[in-house]
Amino acid sequence: MQHHLEKYFRMDKLPHIWCPGCGHGILMGAVVRAIDNLKLEQDKICVVSGIGCSSRAPGYMNFDTLHTTHGRALAFATGIKLAKPELKVIVVTGDGDCAAIGGNHLIHAARRNIDITTIVFNNNIYGMTSGQYSPMTPKGAYATTAPYGNVDRNFDLCKLAMAAGATYVARGTAYHTNQLIKFIEDALNHKGFSLVDAVSICPTYFGRKNKLGNAINMLKWQKDHAVSVSVAEKLPPEKLEGKFLIGKFHKSEEPEYVEEYDKIIKKAQEGRK
Amino acid sequence: MENNVKLMQGNEACVEGAIAAGMRFYAGYPITPSTEIAELCAEKLPLVGGKFIQMEDEIASMAAIIGASLTGVKAMTATSGPGFSLKQENIGFAALTEVPCVIVNVQRGGPSTGLPTSPAQGDVMQARWGTHGDHPVIVLSPSSVEETYYVTVKAFNFAEKYRVPVIVLMDEVIGHMRERVKLPDLSELEVVDRVKPEPGKKDYYPYEVDSDDGVPPMASYGEGYRFHVTGLIHDKTGFPTRDPQITDRLIRRLINKIECNKYDIIEYKEESLDDAEIIVLSYGSTARSAQRAVRMAREEGIKAGWVQTVTIWPFPSEVVDKVCGKARTIIVPEMNLGQLVLEVERVAAGRLKIEKVNRVDGEMITPDEVLQKIKEVK
Repeated sequence: MQHHLEKYFRMDKLPHIWCPGCGHGILMGAVVRAIDNLKLEQDKICVVSGIGCSSRAPGYMNFDTLHTTHGRALAFATGIKLAKPELKVIVVTGDGDCAAIGGNHLIHAARRNIDITTIVFNNNIYGMTSGQYSPMTPKGAYATTAPYGNVDRNFDLCKLAMAAGATYVARGTAYHTNQLIKFIEDALNHKGFSLVDAVSICPTYFGRKNKLGNAINMLKWQKDHAVSVSVAEKLPPEKLEGKFLIGKFHKSEEPEYVEEYDKIIKKAQEGRK
Repeated sequence: MENNVKLMQGNEACVEGAIAAGMRFYAGYPITPSTEIAELCAEKLPLVGGKFIQMEDEIASMAAIIGASLTGVKAMTATSGPGFSLKQENIGFAALTEVPCVIVNVQRGGPSTGLPTSPAQGDVMQARWGTHGDHPVIVLSPSSVEETYYVTVKAFNFAEKYRVPVIVLMDEVIGHMRERVKLPDLSELEVVDRVKPEPGKKDYYPYEVDSDDGVPPMASYGEGYRFHVTGLIHDKTGFPTRDPQITDRLIRRLINKIECNKYDIIEYKEESLDDAEIIVLSYGSTARSAQRAVRMAREEGIKAGWVQTVTIWPFPSEVVDKVCGKARTIIVPEMNLGQLVLEVERVAAGRLKIEKVNRVDGEMITPDEVLQKIKEVK
């Protein structure tokens, strides 16, 4: 680690508990690098998570941090942001945490366009409970609760967030780290609800169950199967089969929730209805 | 002074009390019969610079008030039985992480969706044991509109003083009843704020206790302390541990900070206890019927006495102890099939006879029903 980044970590809490080869360390590093690049004030950042592998990240990060109940990170974060708008609120969540048990909070945080940046550490599996299928496990893939192949269809989380009203949506991968840092920077700079689907790797459960090889093989798989959204536009559909899109999918300017509520306070205090 | 006298509902008095106690953040989800609390918060909070948000569900509402409280803001949510059930996991989170907050439960009838606009007192045990694991809790139950005001203020004061979620357990009769309320002069109202660490304290540990009351000082997010809060068992630094000794010490401290301060927390009201042979002990709107019944019994020359437990949890054991040597019978009327009576039985331990008056049909217990029971046991 570069020495100047150490201040963003609770060095006495490292090494982390993630399995060898897990992509989450890369993603956590990307979040911290984005914060450093933007020179954000460390004492005004609050990192919130739910439960799962991803959600252990705030424990290692040297900010005000909150490790909440399963799936509820965005609901806790909404309380923090609305009560103290000067805080930069970052939610680190997993695919199960955010899209299954927390799905309702995700769509409504997006709908409100509240100024929270959500980074989904998406490893396509439930890691902490040892490999059950998540809403992002591809159909047909294997998991401990899908011993004959997953019958569920998986979400495209970026499309879901966009449809719900998120005003910044991007997807990056653990392999394309520099690009991912850029997306997180954009998300942090964005006023409104932003979501970055950060595709991780889980060699221990997803990889092993689906015979994808070791961490290096899985990162190579990401390299070979991720197609940039701008490139994809020029490709015929058959070339995109089995591939997944990365890139900035959406950015728009819409009224932000906390600012809109401030107008309500003003209106009420002026005695207008 | 007279303009401080108002006609209002229990739900309205709850909001007035909360704002007077310093509540500046409300998150909730609409549910009868607590809805007026949300509606009034939506109207009144912006007037004092506070925030109201209607969350997507009950779980989110509970989560949001914990988040808000961590920034240093006094926060509340209100609900009824079904919503209260949904909030339970996060109430446990607030108990373990020692985040002050107030949860109002205007109880309604029945399990499940039950009877939306009918009264009941069926959530007594849910209020104590709704979330999993051993945990501290304070539950207060008002019996009038005016008392609702003061109980709500107290709920915030206890939440801040003991860093604990406090439940205001109302019933539909109190929530929707309109009564004359005399509001206090705000300058005379005791309002407690959480103890904060010394400014700029470098080695701040969010769960380090150096006071006798067992309550650690609480910093707010954004003040530079960079502390960690987790629902996992944690040590004084706030970080997870599996050390059996630290785990044991934490859970016992959480329980003891309420248990050791119970004389500060416990409030009950009594009437005609001195020579009473038959005691009627009750709470919430039922305590009103009980009081009337006891007065009617006295008029007929029956030596009856009355107790209202304003504090339900921790249970006011000493009031039962006090009457055990003197009275023959305790009657416990409640709008459930017998919940608080279990505590009375536990404390009485066979020292006196215990009778119940119960209703679970969505109707309140009348003074006549209680009087009839008094006459039966006379």
